[in-house]
Amino acid sequence: MRPDLEIIQQWIEPGSRVLDLGCGDGSLLTYLNSAKKVSSVGLEIDAGNIEKCIASGVNVIEQNMDQGLGNFQSNSFDTVLLTQTLQALSKPHDLLDEMLRVGQYGIVTFPNFGNWKSRLDLALKGRMPVSKFMPHQWYETPNIHFCTVKDFDALCHESQIKILTRTVVDSRHQGSWAMKAWPNFLGEIAIYHITRK
Amino acid sequence: MPEELKTDSVGIVSPKCIHFDEDLALRSGKTLSGFDLMIETYGELNQDRSNAILICHALSGDHHAAGLHSESDAKPGWWDHCIGPGKAIDTKLFFVVALNNLGGCAGSSGPTSLNPETGKIYGPDFPVVTVRDWVKSQVMLSDRLGIEHWAAVVGGSLGGMQVLRWAISYPERLRHAVCIAAAPKLSAQNIAFNEVARHSIINDPNFHDGHYLEANTYPKLGLMLARMVGHITYLSDSAMREKFGRADSGIESSTANFGRDLRSGKLSFGFNVDFQVESYLHYQGERFSENFDANTYLLMTKALDYFDPSVDFDGDFSGALQQATCKFLVISFSTDWRFPPERSREIVNDLLKAGKEVSYLEVEADQGHDAFLLPIPRYINALKAYLKRAHTEIVERAT
Repeated sequence: MRPDLEIIQQWIEPGSRVLDLGCGDGSLLTYLNSAKKVSSVGLEIDAGNIEKCIASGVNVIEQNMDQGLGNFQSNSFDTVLLTQTLQALSKPHDLLDEMLRVGQYGIVTFPNFGNWKSRLDLALKGRMPVSKFMPHQWYETPNIHFCTVKDFDALCHESQIKILTRTVVDSRHQGSWAMKAWPNFLGEIAIYHITRK
Repeated sequence: MPEELKTDSVGIVSPKCIHFDEDLALRSGKTLSGFDLMIETYGELNQDRSNAILICHALSGDHHAAGLHSESDAKPGWWDHCIGPGKAIDTKLFFVVALNNLGGCAGSSGPTSLNPETGKIYGPDFPVVTVRDWVKSQVMLSDRLGIEHWAAVVGGSLGGMQVLRWAISYPERLRHAVCIAAAPKLSAQNIAFNEVARHSIINDPNFHDGHYLEANTYPKLGLMLARMVGHITYLSDSAMREKFGRADSGIESSTANFGRDLRSGKLSFGFNVDFQVESYLHYQGERFSENFDANTYLLMTKALDYFDPSVDFDGDFSGALQQATCKFLVISFSTDWRFPPERSREIVNDLLKAGKEVSYLEVEADQGHDAFLLPIPRYINALKAYLKRAHTEIVERAT
């Protein structure tokens, strides 16, 4: 399981209602459906992923998140997930608002652009960073809104969003005392558990 | 290669007529005292009778959904590419039942059959039947076949509406609902097109108030026009451009001729058929008028117009769907303008609102509403994956 997914599954209550925005091939929901007996649905736009979801019995709706979540009732889910997708949205701040309208809790993970490797790429090479978690060249990347841990903290503050937990991990899924001390510098993936203030 | 030799065909099939002595109380208040249903089945019912799939047909469909009736048949059943061993609706896994709905003209009780009370052909006296009535008769058929739960009820267009009615009115009798290219109810535009069709039939001089069979004739021109209009609504603009834009007529040399292929290579400067699309529509209309009953066409379009499960729930469709307990697969096609993707999304959103389990696919396809009858890979693969999963559930439940 992807390192960020292993951490966030701990925050999902058994039997709860889960909406996964950009659910990919449905592997996280497959796991949550069987391990936590959640009732779940995912949104996805990739045809191949949608078929994989269907084949594994994951409820999946073909829907572009950039068009909002207007078709979902307020408070109709316990947790709304947004994993490694925030940076590809046209209006991330609007979707965060929508997430916390539709669900009581939100879980957001994204590649931390403030990581030292990214900073080094820019500072020394003068090139846009390319890494395992940001594998695309600048001209072909679907990731149009990169942010850092500090940026996301600031957005939560401005948007009246309460951060319940903030964790960062590196590519080997390891957290350390140093990463806790300097999350924005050492963390490669940022993981947030959020709710309304 | 003849159809029957294909290894993925269900082969030669024979329809069965099933008679029901019981009364069927109809939505209109009338009662059918006894009726027949023509059915075909493919595949084998398993021991615990849990692997049955019901196929609901659309406006002009019938019980002959797959295979051939004889080796000399030119064409297989209407959904043959979808039903068969190894196909999306896999007859190696499922027992598939297809029927001709009441009011039809392919052998089930309808305007062309004998009214047992008078001994004469029903004609226009066959009562107006609704989707609700059809599903009621399908439930009676399920009982007769000893099928307590359908593994899935599947249908496109008007067939998809029967699927929705099943899920709402008989939730305990199906595990999966597959609703393709349908709508929660018809729009004014949909009804308008149906009314043009009915108007042209009813005003054909050979209609004889519906008693045309007794007069040894039929409203050919009316039925033709009805089908021509209908056919236009089944195709998309792009599908017609593609179909009639081959530019092989000589005059139009550009490939981008907007589907304006000429029939004979030159304009007639009269009111004759100049363009291929015109002769195609004439051909489709003519062929249909020779094979379909006008009173049945009127009944089918009325069933479409009347379909609205929300009426029992103060107009709240999600309230109606609240009754359902099955899982849903909803599929729409990008260029379908008869029941466009927005209509399927209404179904999906109301299912979500009702807290139901649903998957939704919006398939990119040029063919318009007709796409639901065509072998479009993404659509067929998803349907196959969904039903394969449904079969896995059957096996898991049994162990």
